[in-house]
Amino acid sequence: MAKEVLRRAGVPVPDGRLCRTPDEAAAAAAELGPIAVKAQVLVGGRGRAGGIRIAETPEEARGAAAAILGMDLKGHRVETVYCEQRLEIDRELYLAITIDHSARRPLLIASADGGVAIEEVPEKAIIRRMIDLPWGLQPFMARQVALRLGLPAEAHAAFSDIAGRLYAVFRERDATLVECNPLVICDSGRGAPGRLMAADARLNVDDDALGLGRQPDLPHTETATDLEKRVRALGLAFVELDGDIAVMANGAGITMATLDALQSFGGRPMNFLDAGGGASAGPTAEALDILLSTSPKAVLINIFGGITRCDEVAQAIIDVKQRRAFSMPLLVRLVGTNEQRGTEMLRAEGIAAFTSMREAARAAAEASRR
Amino acid sequence: MSILVDERTKVLVAGITGRQGAFHTQQMLEFGTRVVCGVAPGRGGREVSGVPVFETAEDAVDKRGATAAVLFVPATAVRDSACEAIDAGLSPVVIIAEHVPVHDAMDVMAFAAARGAVVIGPNTYGICTPGGKAKLGIPPGRIFHPGPVGVVARSGTLSYEIVASLTEDGLGQSTVVGMGGDPVVGLGFVEALKRFAKDEETRAVVLVGEIGGTAEEEAAEFIKGMDRPVVAYLAGATAPPGRRMGHAGAIVERGRGSFQSKRHALEAAGVAVAEMPWDVAPLVRAALLRGSGGA
Repeated sequence: MAKEVLRRAGVPVPDGRLCRTPDEAAAAAAELGPIAVKAQVLVGGRGRAGGIRIAETPEEARGAAAAILGMDLKGHRVETVYCEQRLEIDRELYLAITIDHSARRPLLIASADGGVAIEEVPEKAIIRRMIDLPWGLQPFMARQVALRLGLPAEAHAAFSDIAGRLYAVFRERDATLVECNPLVICDSGRGAPGRLMAADARLNVDDDALGLGRQPDLPHTETATDLEKRVRALGLAFVELDGDIAVMANGAGITMATLDALQSFGGRPMNFLDAGGGASAGPTAEALDILLSTSPKAVLINIFGGITRCDEVAQAIIDVKQRRAFSMPLLVRLVGTNEQRGTEMLRAEGIAAFTSMREAARAAAEASRR
Repeated sequence: MSILVDERTKVLVAGITGRQGAFHTQQMLEFGTRVVCGVAPGRGGREVSGVPVFETAEDAVDKRGATAAVLFVPATAVRDSACEAIDAGLSPVVIIAEHVPVHDAMDVMAFAAARGAVVIGPNTYGICTPGGKAKLGIPPGRIFHPGPVGVVARSGTLSYEIVASLTEDGLGQSTVVGMGGDPVVGLGFVEALKRFAKDEETRAVVLVGEIGGTAEEEAAEFIKGMDRPVVAYLAGATAPPGRRMGHAGAIVERGRGSFQSKRHALEAAGVAVAEMPWDVAPLVRAALLRGSGGA
């Protein structure tokens, strides 16, 4: 998918065919020569999981496709394979455009050591070039990088061209990362100067841009558990963890702090659920309902209401309790507008209400051990 | 004294006729903020809580002399609205919206840098100088109290939690500023700390950080040369790596942004790092006592 986006942007990528049957794969090998048969699934690490096979001949391609098609890769059934021309690779480089968060600007990263994860490349072998907005990547910057990579002079123009196109994709596609790894120099042995090609690529697109409906032709590839998908569909931030205390708080920072506090008292949170700084009763109640359905040993709700009205939150909690009869201890810390009224409402329903986050976290950790 | 906003700050509210904009305009006025004008394209000539509404920021600044802006526009409109406010000469420009595309945020920051404007946010609750001086944003006014503690934070309700505990402990604040929870934000820890270091009223600073990014490590470098005590709390000690904890910026990835790295950097810079949010106020009190004892 990433390579297809780059190909359309004019970046040279290996030739290939999308195939649905072993026969089509054999035909592709007859046309392209030696190929790699790759499972088409949007999960990482497919090579290690057996989703990529090398085929020298059409017969081998047929066999490889037959083995991969229908395979289950990390929960995804393989429906198609991509048969890609194999390259005579002379050198593997790394080239990416990403965002430097501290500098608040795009950043070009390159290395002469391509083909391995950039995290594994020693710092001194990494070239970084900050890019100013709104001017963007200029040809001279790409030439500087080409020289530092030690590319042969005849490859400089092609390198500049590819870097410029990657930058255009980065900006136009709301990307947080456009990566060619490896960017290869190939086919040098045939008398002509080597060609530069993106042998493999990765494109990470900004979730917020996708959320606003930009880039409608790009898939949203989020890895989430079923429970995570259900809660996130309510518009709330949710991460499943491996403990036994259900947690809900309002605001990302205070939710993280609530998990930390629980663990400091020996409790084990089963999730991160941020009901939002301006928690409204509707989604909050639905999220709570989903949490209760997972049978936690205790439930901790930590609301520091800024603008949120505590009586509304209390009413939502009581509604859920009446809808779903449950026996596990429910511990609520409620502070903010109309705090006293909210606390009294909860007490009247037999729900423990706290004003201190510390005491609520401690009580939840203790309750989960009973 | 204070940083960035005070009783002289004349505030423009963008998106003033929307539900959030109108509600918080009223809240900001009740706090004592000088909200002098609003902007809402297609709705010029109206009033919201007695504040006149204009078609453009340029017009609003021209007629009402606004000096700073707070934006209650949705994420899709942030790039245009923020650039309009910067172009009209306003600073700081506070961006409340969350889910602003990161490329839009980079564009806004580049324009602000070119014009010398300070941007706060996106994805922030804003900035507040207590004592009825100025509140640009959405925090509940009642938690603040004027005093000597500067606060700069990445997250909202966690700031409220800590500010409320400071206030309860009799430790008032000079200015409280939220940087925002996104990976690309305007004002960062270092820019806020530089201002607190020059502010006469601020005698100690509380830094509320979290996992993800390198902002805390960069702050630590700056703190080494600061003469005022800094107390920090970092959220996410127990967060699993590779998972985005609510904020787009709160993720430990590619071996960066870990709790340990931040804690180590801050402690090496002489910062007292609180184990839990409720440990912050006692540490601030101790730091202030040491400061006055030594003087």
